[in-house]
Amino acid sequence: MSLLKRLRSLFQKDELDRALGEELRSHVEMRAQDNIVAGMTPDEAHYDAQRRFGNSTLLKEDTRAVDIIGWLDTAARDLRYGARTLRKNPGFTAVAVLTLALGIGANTALFSVVNGVLLNPLPYPHPEQLVTLHESKPNFETGSISYPNFRDWQKDNHTFSSIAIARGYSYSLTGIGEAEQVQARFISSDFFPLLGVNPIVGRTFVAGEDEIGAAPIAMISAGLWNRKFGSSPAAVGKSLTLDGRDYTIVGVVPANFELFLRISRVRVADVYVPIGQWNNPLLPKRGAGLGVHGVGRLKPGVTIEQARADMDQISRNLAAAYPDTNKGISASLIPFRDDMVGNVQPILLVLLGAVGFVLLIACVNVANLLLARSTGRSREFAIRAALGAGQARLIRQLLTESILLALAGGGLGLLLAQWATRAVLALLPAELPRAAEIRLDAHVLIFTAVVSLLAGILFGLAPALKTSHLRLHETLTESGRGSSGARQRAQGVFVVLEIAMALVLLIGAGLMVRTLAHLWSVQPGFDPANVLTFGLSLRPSMMTASPDAIRADIRGVHDKFSSTSGVQAVSLSWGAFPMGSDDELLFWLDAQPKPSSENDMNWTLRYIVEPDYLKTMGIPLKRGRFFSPQDNEHAPHVAVIDDIFARKFFGDANPLGKRINFNDGASQTEDNKAEIVGVVGHVKQWGLDADDTNQVRAQTYMPLMQLHDDAIKLAPSGLDVIVRADGTQPALFDSLRRASQQMSVDQVISGAQTMNEVISDSLAMRRFSMILFGVFAALALLLSSVGIYGVISYLVGQRTREIGIRIALGARRTDVMRLVLGQGVKMACIGVVIGLAASLGLTRLMANMLYGVSPTDPLTFAGVAILLTLVALTACYIPARRAMRVDPIVALRYE
Amino acid sequence: MAKPQNDVLQGTLALLVLKTLARGSRHGYGITLHIQMVSKDVLRVEEGSLYPALHRMEQEGWISAEWGTTENNRRARYYQLTSKGRKQLAEEEKSWARLTEAVAHVLQFV
Repeated sequence: MSLLKRLRSLFQKDELDRALGEELRSHVEMRAQDNIVAGMTPDEAHYDAQRRFGNSTLLKEDTRAVDIIGWLDTAARDLRYGARTLRKNPGFTAVAVLTLALGIGANTALFSVVNGVLLNPLPYPHPEQLVTLHESKPNFETGSISYPNFRDWQKDNHTFSSIAIARGYSYSLTGIGEAEQVQARFISSDFFPLLGVNPIVGRTFVAGEDEIGAAPIAMISAGLWNRKFGSSPAAVGKSLTLDGRDYTIVGVVPANFELFLRISRVRVADVYVPIGQWNNPLLPKRGAGLGVHGVGRLKPGVTIEQARADMDQISRNLAAAYPDTNKGISASLIPFRDDMVGNVQPILLVLLGAVGFVLLIACVNVANLLLARSTGRSREFAIRAALGAGQARLIRQLLTESILLALAGGGLGLLLAQWATRAVLALLPAELPRAAEIRLDAHVLIFTAVVSLLAGILFGLAPALKTSHLRLHETLTESGRGSSGARQRAQGVFVVLEIAMALVLLIGAGLMVRTLAHLWSVQPGFDPANVLTFGLSLRPSMMTASPDAIRADIRGVHDKFSSTSGVQAVSLSWGAFPMGSDDELLFWLDAQPKPSSENDMNWTLRYIVEPDYLKTMGIPLKRGRFFSPQDNEHAPHVAVIDDIFARKFFGDANPLGKRINFNDGASQTEDNKAEIVGVVGHVKQWGLDADDTNQVRAQTYMPLMQLHDDAIKLAPSGLDVIVRADGTQPALFDSLRRASQQMSVDQVISGAQTMNEVISDSLAMRRFSMILFGVFAALALLLSSVGIYGVISYLVGQRTREIGIRIALGARRTDVMRLVLGQGVKMACIGVVIGLAASLGLTRLMANMLYGVSPTDPLTFAGVAILLTLVALTACYIPARRAMRVDPIVALRYE
Repeated sequence: MAKPQNDVLQGTLALLVLKTLARGSRHGYGITLHIQMVSKDVLRVEEGSLYPALHRMEQEGWISAEWGTTENNRRARYYQLTSKGRKQLAEEEKSWARLTEAVAHVLQFV
C-alpha cells in the first residue's frame, strides 16, 4: 500500500477512528435488526450481533493496524507502558542502565579515537592521491632522499602532479621578545600547494625559491604569527632572525593545518624555510642521508603501482648514471594514510575488539536481569496473551522495553564517553597521530545510537522469545512460579559466556602487563636515574662564527654548567641521542681496502660527545679508555665503540689500536680516520623493545672537539646537553637556565626531560594499550562477577523451598553450601575453559603489541584463569551462605 | 475462542468480497449476508476478519468506499470495485480455478 495513503491517514487519525466506529456500529445494528426479524428478543439480538464481532477492541486494533498510524500508536503505547514499568522498578532499571552505560560509554570513547585517527578522511583535498616518498637502501626500507636525487625524481617522473621534500630543524629565534628555540621545517616549494594548503596571509614559496643559494625567505605558523606579531597582516615582509640570519616572511600557514607523518617524521612546525637555505655542506651530495623525506601527489587516475613502476625506471637510470652513490637505491612509495597511522591501526583495532567484548558482557548481564525479572512477569504476559495478544505482539512490547533501556544506557553512556574521551586524550602518547581530530562528532553519535539499538535488540531478544513463548494454562494455574527450567538454562549459558569473554580480556590485559614489566626490567644500557637532558642553541652570532670560536663557546658552556651547584657531571652531545634522534655514518675498517661502492660499507650510529659522557650517562667501560680533555682538535682522532660493534666487526680480536675510516662524503683525509681507544657497553638506541631487531646497532663515540671544521659549524643550533645531578634536584633546570642566561640572553635551552621520562616516552604507546586493556578487563571482571552473583542469588531464591525441604530431611548445611557453590563452580569452569580456548586463538592478534612474552604465555593463562575462578567463587559464596542459612520452617511456610 | 465451522478459507476472503462487489456496491453487512446466502450457508464471513480485509483492500486501491443510506434509512459505508479491483478479481479468479483444478486432479488420480 502506498506510503502516501498511510501518511495521509496519519493526519486523519480521529476522523478515521470515528468512521470505523460508526461503520462497525451500523453493522451490529443491522445484524440485530435482522435477528429481531428472525424472532429473537431485542436483548438476545444485540448480544448475538455483538458476539459475532468477538473482541471488538482487537478488531478495531487489527483494522487500524493496516495504517501507519496504528503502528505508531502501538509503538507509542508500548513506549509509555515500558517507561512506566521501568519507573516502577527503579533498582532494576538503575542497574541495567548503568551496566549498559559503562559498556556503551567505553565503546563510544574508543570509537571516537578510532574515528578521529583511522576513519575520518585526511584533511587534504583528494587524500587518496597522496603518497610519501623515501629512498629504499640496503639498510633502510624508508631511508632519506638526497637533494640531487629529489631534483632528478622531480624532473623525470611521469606519474606525479608534483613531489616535494621536507626535513625537520630547530632554529634559535631571536630579536622578537625572548629568544626561543622554534621547530622548523625545510621544505621544497611544492610542499604546501601539493597538500592543498593555502596561506591565510601572503603566499607560499614558488619554484626556484627552494634552490640552493636563493634569497632567505620563510613562512610562519598561525600560532607564531599570533604570538610574535599579534596576527597583524603587516608581518608579511618583515624579517625573522633565525640562527642569526634574517629571513623575509612571505606567508602564514593556517592554524588548522595538521600533519603527522610517522615514517617520514614530518610534523607541523612554527617556521617553514626553503630547503636550499640549509647550510649543511652535505646537502648537494647525492650520497648523503640527511633525514629528508618526500611527499607526492599522484596524477588523477594514476595508481600507486604505476607510480612505483615509473620511479623504478628512474632509479635504474640514476643507478646507471651514478653507480657510486645510487647502486641498490630505489624509490619507496607509501600511501599517505599508512605513513600517518599504519602503526597504530592494529593496536586500535585490537582495543576496539576488546571494548566490544565489554559491551557484549554488559548486554549479557542485562539479558540475565531481564530473564530473571521475566519470571515475575510471566503471569502478566499470560493474562495479556489470554486477552488476545499474539506472540509477535508480546515480543514487540518486550523489545520496546529493552530498546528503551538501551537508549537510556546509550544516553548516559554518551555522557560517560565525553568524560572518558577526555581521559583517553590525556593518556594519549605523543606518538599517536591525528590526536587533534578526536572528538564526539556526528559519526560518533550515529555509532552510539546504532550500538545502543543493536544492544537493545541483542539483550532483549532472548528474554523476549523466552517470555512470549508461554504455556498459558500452566502459567496461570501454577502458583505464581513460572516454569523456569529453560530460563535457568539460558541464564547458565549467559554466565558461561560472560566468564569466557572476561577471561579473554583479562588474558589480554595480563599479557600487556607482563610485556611492560618485561620491558621495564630490560637494561637500557645506561643509568637513567638523576639524569636530565635538554636542547641547547648557542647565541646566534655563533652560527656564523669560526670553528675555533664555536669550540671555545662550547667549552665555556660546559664549564658554566659544570660549576652549577648540584651538578655532578655534564656532557654536550651532537648526533645520535639514545631513544631520541639517530645519526648514522658509513665506515670501513682501515685493515680493508676502501669498498668500491657505498653499498659495501657498513653503517654505525654516531654519538659525538664530551669526555664526561660515560660518567654522565652511567654507561659501563668494557675495555681501554674513554675520551679525555686531551683528545681535542689538535690531537690524533680517536673513537670508542660499543661491544656490539666490537663483536660484529672484530670478533674475538682486540679492537683497541685498530683504525676506522668514516665516509661522510668529504674527501678522504686523515681527518676521517680514528683509532679505537675503548669499548663501552651497548645502549638501546632504538628503544627497550625495538633495539634488538634493528639493522643498525653498532655504535661509535667521537669527541665533540674533534668534529672537523665543516661539521662543527652546524653544531651551534642543535646541541643536546646531558647532566647528572647529585640526587633528585627538582629545580636544577631553573638554575641551569639562569646559568645559561648569564652567558647570553640569546642562548636558548629548552625541552628539559629526565632520562627516565625519555625511556617512559618510548614505551608510551604500549603503556596506553596496557592501561586501556586494564580498564576494559577490570570492567569485564566487575560486570561478570556481578552477573554470576546475580544469577546464583536468583537461583538460590528460586530453590529456597527445595533447600528448605532438603534441610528438613536432614541435609547438612555444608551439603547445601556445596550444592550451590557446585553450580557456580560448574559455570565458572566451563566459562574458563571456553575463554582459554578463545584466547588461544585471539591473543595471536596482539602478538606485535607484546614483547618478551608469548601470546600464549602459560603463566598469564593459568594465573588469570585462577584469578577469575576465585572471583567467580567469591561472587557465588555470598548467595551460597544465604542458602545455607535457609530456615526450613520459613521456607516451607512461604508458599 | 473456538472458530465457527466453515470459516472462509484463508486467502479466499478477498476473492469472495471482490466477486460480491462485482455485482454492485454493498456495505459490509450486506457482503456477509450475500456470501452466506449465495453459498447456501456453507461459507460464513467472520466479522473479525472482514473489516480489516476491507480496509486493506481499500488501501490497496481495489475498492473504494463512500457513505450512503440503506433501504431502512440507516447510514452505512458502501464499497464498490475500482478498475484496479476488477483486474485483481480476474487474477484471483484465475488462480482459484487453477488451484481447484489441481486439487481435482489429485482427487481423481486413482
